[in-house]
Amino acid sequence: MGISEHASKQYDLDLDSIRSRVLQMGGLVESQIRRALDALGSADRAAIDDVIAGDARVNAMEVALDEDCSQVIVKRQPAANDLRMIFAIAKTVTDLERMGDEAQKIARMAKSIHERGTMHAAPLVEVRHASEHALSMLRRALDAFARLDTTTAEEVIRDDTRLDAEFRSVLRQLITYMMEDPRTISTALEVIWIAKAVERIGDHAKNMAEYVIYIVKGTDVRHTGNISPTE
Amino acid sequence: MSAPDMQMITETLVAKAEVRNLDFYYGDYRALKGISMPVYEHQVTALIGPSGCGKSTFLRCFNRMHDLYPGNRYDGQIVLQPDNADLLARDVDPIEVRMRIGMVFQKPNPFPKSIFENVAYGLRVRGETSRRRIEEKVEQALQDAALFEEVKSRLQEPAYNLSGGQQQRLCIARALATDPELLLFDEPTSALDPIATASIEELIHDLKTRVTILIVTHNMQQAARVSDFTAYMYLGEMIEYGVTDELFIKPKKKQTEDYITGRFG
Repeated sequence: MGISEHASKQYDLDLDSIRSRVLQMGGLVESQIRRALDALGSADRAAIDDVIAGDARVNAMEVALDEDCSQVIVKRQPAANDLRMIFAIAKTVTDLERMGDEAQKIARMAKSIHERGTMHAAPLVEVRHASEHALSMLRRALDAFARLDTTTAEEVIRDDTRLDAEFRSVLRQLITYMMEDPRTISTALEVIWIAKAVERIGDHAKNMAEYVIYIVKGTDVRHTGNISPTE
Repeated sequence: MSAPDMQMITETLVAKAEVRNLDFYYGDYRALKGISMPVYEHQVTALIGPSGCGKSTFLRCFNRMHDLYPGNRYDGQIVLQPDNADLLARDVDPIEVRMRIGMVFQKPNPFPKSIFENVAYGLRVRGETSRRRIEEKVEQALQDAALFEEVKSRLQEPAYNLSGGQQQRLCIARALATDPELLLFDEPTSALDPIATASIEELIHDLKTRVTILIVTHNMQQAARVSDFTAYMYLGEMIEYGVTDELFIKPKKKQTEDYITGRFG
């Protein structure tokens, strides 16, 4: 794939531009999530507000990329691998935008915990581990997309099961925590929301990885539990 | 995103024609190389490929058009069902083949006659003399070609008074009047505007219930829209043949993919 060029140079340029902007959007979303998680520990109000405001940029990129995909469809009527690419990009962009929303959610929770002044009591260690895991899934999903690498994509899909298990373990710990000391319930609930947001980020990364397999192999592995279909 | 399964789809279909190892020579030049494929009954099969790939040459084998020029030679078989008749056999009269197989060309080519006579022509050639039967058949063919309502009040006017799209539908009516089993279309819309094209495509879709259709088209979206099966040809060879819904999303051969995505050349 991607070896031979289109007879139309402009078509190649358009597709290249869209693909590189998807990666740019992915980079922005990754940084939003990273900064939201950092703000949890650092209590940096300016950084928190920055993440909350930054989601507008993610949203704007989604809208712009959707528009560009429509333009390619209407002008080029892409077929075969080009069609799969455009289709997958339109869906990837939606997942990235939702990840951006999750980053914003984490930042809001961080703000609320700080305002209540209960950060010192927030049980964040486990969440931190899961969030590193989710961020790594996103990074690898983007790599898989950039290189059309199905091996990495398959890893990401498998990893989501582990992240889901980590989320359940966080949940169990937080329940214990709340039962031991009901005064921590408000903060613990916010941490649960954060954990849920992290778990959702993993789901979106998994979706993106599934689209990569669709682009390369033309097989739809969603909801099948079968990530290495035979050709 | 799900891929249709060729075997599942063709299981219930019957082959109207089977092409077996077909070679075709213009003199010494081998224009078709070992083509084999089925043409399923009541389905639309599209032939696509770059100019000079042999798709029109292939189409014209079906009604022995090449017989009109000396030095042309067929090798292999095109077997028409249900009677297992090899259209290319030397003892088969091309006129008889053309009785069973109709053709519509790129440019509408009505005869310099009235609308009515254009459609009646084939019937008269076949020896039909009953005026009533000819009238019935002409009306039916014009109905089937979705043209009757537009021309019923002026059947005696010259066919050239019709628009390009109407002329093409008239040619389709003319082909239909003699009840062909297989209808060949050689780029039937390349001279038409988008609206006329859409009406021809709609017609092709409707005609499927009564006739088997083989269409050559340069327009890949058209092949994707109107056909059930698609064959991609290149340099006289059949590179890939498959279910249209799959071929345009997930072709099996890189050559096909390069062509349909515009990477050819």
